[in-house]
Amino acid sequence: MEFLSYLVSGISLGSIYALIALGYTMVYGIAKMLNFAHGDVIMVGAFVIFTVSTTWGLSPVVGVLISIVFCTLFGMLIEKVAYKPLRKASSLAVLITAIGVSYLLQNAAQLIFGSSTKSFTSVVNIPALRLFDGALVISGETIATIIISIIIMIALTLFINKTKPGRAMLAVAEDRGAAQLMGINVNATISLTFAIGSGLAAVAGALLCSAYPALSPTTGAMPGIKAFTAAVFGGIGSIPGAMIGGILLGVIENLSKGYISTQLSDAIVFAVLIIVLLVKPTGILGKKINEKV
Amino acid sequence: MAMLEIKDLEVCYGVIRAIKGVSFEVNQGEVIALIGANGAGKTTILHTITGLIPAKSGSILFEGKELTKTPAHKIVSMGMAHVPEGRRVFAQLSVLENLKLGAYTRKDKAEITKSLKMVYERFPRLEERKNQVAGTLSGGEQQMLAMGRALMSNPRIILMDEPSMGLSPLLVSEIFDIIKVISEGGTTVLLVEQNAKKALSIADRAYVLETGNITLSGKASDLIHDDSVKKAYLGE
Repeated sequence: MEFLSYLVSGISLGSIYALIALGYTMVYGIAKMLNFAHGDVIMVGAFVIFTVSTTWGLSPVVGVLISIVFCTLFGMLIEKVAYKPLRKASSLAVLITAIGVSYLLQNAAQLIFGSSTKSFTSVVNIPALRLFDGALVISGETIATIIISIIIMIALTLFINKTKPGRAMLAVAEDRGAAQLMGINVNATISLTFAIGSGLAAVAGALLCSAYPALSPTTGAMPGIKAFTAAVFGGIGSIPGAMIGGILLGVIENLSKGYISTQLSDAIVFAVLIIVLLVKPTGILGKKINEKV
Repeated sequence: MAMLEIKDLEVCYGVIRAIKGVSFEVNQGEVIALIGANGAGKTTILHTITGLIPAKSGSILFEGKELTKTPAHKIVSMGMAHVPEGRRVFAQLSVLENLKLGAYTRKDKAEITKSLKMVYERFPRLEERKNQVAGTLSGGEQQMLAMGRALMSNPRIILMDEPSMGLSPLLVSEIFDIIKVISEGGTTVLLVEQNAKKALSIADRAYVLETGNITLSGKASDLIHDDSVKKAYLGE
């Protein structure tokens, strides 16, 4: 029963990692860059909810909706201002810019909201589920996280595979030049990718801060790095890989917390990553494509 | 007026002038061959026409519209398709998905279905393999897919870059037969080739490109007997 409890909350935590990892992996696949500021968009989203629901006193659901819209636009703005001018620059320049944007967001949040940790009111209003005469209690946050993540992942998969903009994303990911020859607007496609990734980050921020209700300007940093790890774990650039990598990472983290050591759990997570990369350098679902020339 | 008119085109890679003031024209219905050795600048010219590389100076007029200032993704809907060197099919997508991407800018579903039927008629192999992932096709099949994908945009002019590269002699003949059929169907063709003999055999006119300059031009049937062409490109 203990195991089941760790497993379920691990899946829930992992679903949040997966939502964040999707943003990393999509941006990497399509814009060919690592957006290290992605984790901080989670924090921005959570602060938007905090402002709307705690400071303004509106309903948390409104807060989440505003946060999603805000982060979607904000992600596009970051791309346009910070990354688009560097489209032809070296990948190192883009990477350093992304790290700079990350610090900018953290410090701007500190300036606006202060550095003290805020207590975040959960946006989830579902009663906990008691199973086996109360031996297994699954919190409302856990249930909501898992259900919402499943819905988002299915919707995203359908969007990518069944719609024209989704197809355009796959085409740009594979060959930017050839995609342009098809009439695909690469800049618009990259912008859309940032929009979707940042919208997902807003959802992840709402769920993360509901489950772990402490909000500070550095809230997004650690989940961001772990989600990046999850994306690499699953095979960076692969959407199903990010989902599987995220969930596995959450489960491994929670089981090590439960059975081995709370302090060591992060070390164990990263050790598993190193082992996976040693055995399969492209990650679980990453594949090397041998192109015919 | 020529359908496609390139005038004093200059293209640079950093400080290197790859194309040094090239002018040529393609008339409606023609097959024009651009021949030359490796590194002469043939691919660069095609990439500049479809906007993948910016021009340094000069103009590219397509049906009277200036292309040097047009973003690459807007060109296909103007009626110009480009079959790039090395095919560049979307290896992870299926044959059918690749073909559909060829019609990305078109809206009329019935017309797209018509084009798809036409492509399948021209390339029965693609229909047999429509659900296969493009990366697993043979080189010849990938070339057919790249051509089919270009035809899906229903172009008035089609630019083809080294369609014979890496193919067996039998397949090369098959590909050139298809180019002829495409041309007879009313589509103008600008063909870049290292296989000068084959290219001249189907072209109306040809231009010879040498290190960024056009050194010779004329009717393909004349060039094929020209001594300097014979010596340099036909291996005779």
